[in-house]
Amino acid sequence: MKKFTALLLALVMVFALAACGSKNEAPAADGSAAAEPAEAASDLKVGFIFLHDENSTYDKNFMDAAKAACEKLGVEYELRTNIPEGEQCYETAADLADNGCSLIFADSFGHEDFMIQAAKEYPEVQFCHATGTKAHTEGLDNYHNAFASIYEGRFLAGIAAGMKLNEMIEAGDITADQAKMGYVGAFPSAEVKSGYTSFYLGAKSVCPSVTMEVTFTNSWYDQTLENEGANKLIKNGCVLLSQHADSMGAPSACEQAGVPNVSYNGSTISAGPNTYIVSSRINWEPYFEYIINCVANGEAIDTDWTGTIATGSVELTEVNEAVAAEGTQAAIDEAIAKLESGELHVYDTKTFTVDGKELTSYLADVDDMGDFQGETEVVSDGYFHESEFRSAPYFDLDIDGIVNVDA
Amino acid sequence: MHEKTPLFHITKRGALPWYRAWMIRAIGIIAALILCALVTTVLTGVNPLQVYVTIFKGSFASARRFWDMLQKLSILLCVSLAVTPAFRMRFWNIGGEGQVLIGGLATAACMILLGGKLPNWALILLMIASSIVAGAIWGGIPAIFKAKWNTNETLFTLMMNYVAIQLVRYFSVVWESPKGSGTIGMINQATQAGWLPEIGNKYLLKILVVAVLTVGVYVYLNYSKHGYEIAVVGESERTARYVGIKVEKVIVRTMLLSGAICGIAGLLLVGGTDHTLTDTIAGGRGFTAVMVSWLAKFNPIWMILTSFLLVFLDKGASEISAMFSLNQSFSDILTGIILFFIIGCEFFINYQIQFRKSGKEEQ
Repeated sequence: MKKFTALLLALVMVFALAACGSKNEAPAADGSAAAEPAEAASDLKVGFIFLHDENSTYDKNFMDAAKAACEKLGVEYELRTNIPEGEQCYETAADLADNGCSLIFADSFGHEDFMIQAAKEYPEVQFCHATGTKAHTEGLDNYHNAFASIYEGRFLAGIAAGMKLNEMIEAGDITADQAKMGYVGAFPSAEVKSGYTSFYLGAKSVCPSVTMEVTFTNSWYDQTLENEGANKLIKNGCVLLSQHADSMGAPSACEQAGVPNVSYNGSTISAGPNTYIVSSRINWEPYFEYIINCVANGEAIDTDWTGTIATGSVELTEVNEAVAAEGTQAAIDEAIAKLESGELHVYDTKTFTVDGKELTSYLADVDDMGDFQGETEVVSDGYFHESEFRSAPYFDLDIDGIVNVDA
Repeated sequence: MHEKTPLFHITKRGALPWYRAWMIRAIGIIAALILCALVTTVLTGVNPLQVYVTIFKGSFASARRFWDMLQKLSILLCVSLAVTPAFRMRFWNIGGEGQVLIGGLATAACMILLGGKLPNWALILLMIASSIVAGAIWGGIPAIFKAKWNTNETLFTLMMNYVAIQLVRYFSVVWESPKGSGTIGMINQATQAGWLPEIGNKYLLKILVVAVLTVGVYVYLNYSKHGYEIAVVGESERTARYVGIKVEKVIVRTMLLSGAICGIAGLLLVGGTDHTLTDTIAGGRGFTAVMVSWLAKFNPIWMILTSFLLVFLDKGASEISAMFSLNQSFSDILTGIILFFIIGCEFFINYQIQFRKSGKEEQ
């Protein structure tokens, strides 16, 4: 026993020595490891809550923007990753508030109720939430929603997809009837439906014979399911894929099968150098800068903020010339100009049908009181007004030409 | 003695006095903390002292954090209390996760379907009853199979977890709000129907419930006839039969109790803490509880300490990740290191390593 104790003690001392030894190295490493700005310009501190970490393309997009905005404006920040959509979100928000954050942001839809709970308890702290729907009905001064008109970005990415399909038809790889795209979606929610419908309409605007199959993983982040979903669609004969789910599952399945991929949330060229065409993304930097400036200047933050192409919130990444069809960039630029001038509308009711009929009227559930009853007329002037009555998408129609393979 | 003896060999040791056992544990924890500091320092260049302070801050920096720690401790302790009677019987119930979820599902069902239709006190009584019954059923099924057909309870209870998870996922879609989101969201946020009442602050009720349960389980296991029967069945089923204990009955009864307490944990989570239902609401506590219970040698009072240790370390590790801008996975690494050492301690408490001696003194 004595020997054993001696051994343990020796072990402890070795560790202790090693610990002391590394203390000396600490200052050298400190400089490079400092993630936060040394001295904040103002004493403002911002807290961020993320559903996953940087392995998720969705969260990485937010994290990069958060760091960039805070560093640009010289404010302190705290990042909390892997916060589930439950009580943990409230605890984290309260914790950040206790730590002196005067502005707290959460990035996932399911965080909303818990952010509202925290907002009620910390009236002096501003709470902002992306993709949520309740700020405009909740009536709190310190709780705000934000989203971007990403359907326009999806539409533009769809144009790139349609041009690729045209190229494949011209080259004789496929016939016009075989121009079938696949889409791996997360949940069948309005956000996802709005996304894939605008993507499809973008493709259709240049390749009229295109059809699309959609499958859902029922998870925002599940590499295996997304990979399987993509492979299923490829097996079904889809010749081009896109996705609204956050892992590298679909892009890597495309790369393996040699199927072109239009991505989301940012470039996935690392996972698919030979198949990645382009990606639409929401650039959250303008919004983060906006809310930080509001808090710093004591101004009110918009209850429901919608980023657009004009605010720099809706972006397309650089086109991968090696895969994309010739002239893709020019076509995208042209469409951007038309969208900006109002000449072109993504959900132009002349370009799609629902159950074989043109859409003339639609009551959307904009107020989202849990009744699932539409109350706001969103079709007028010949197009569906997406993200105008509130920032979060509400286009949840099933249009002709898109088939849900899970149904 | 001319044959070469190995450098060391391992022998089982007799019972250690309690203070020696706890000394080994203390050494283990210290060694774990040193290794954690080392890993953090090497990877991030942070001063190890600061690391310890940060771990401590995770649970004690503010009153709210302290309460939150107590609440997390309570829920973990509740699940641990639930699995303990079965463990004493040598019935390896690793289905705590599923039993908690099913209790939560029953609670959520009452809140969603009957919220606003019943007076609040009636709704809450119904939630309590249904969560207990649901948990008991979920624990009882594998017990009946074990008692009647001697099925393997470890596999059975484990599989029941997945059935429960899938049920919760299914109902998350049935009750989803808003449409297509696949999440239930906060239940009755406006009316607060079926929310367990707050006493003092919003943490205290759960802590008190679990405190009462702890004493109850302790008394039940140590001073009741049932508790004695459980111990005898655990020692030897044959002995139990010989002295006239109905082993089948004890197995089913004990697992009904196990499941019922897990159901209460589900009730506390859905009705008292989260006010929503997700498939991750149990948060792995069904498995962590196994460790809590084992480390405390199935003693409910010691389990307060072991669950405190696990919650404290877990909160400390997440605090490190947050403070030093590290990925959350880093806190999992730290927790892993600490648990490895703690479990390693049990090895050194039960066994000793004997080194080859030069002389004949060993003979």
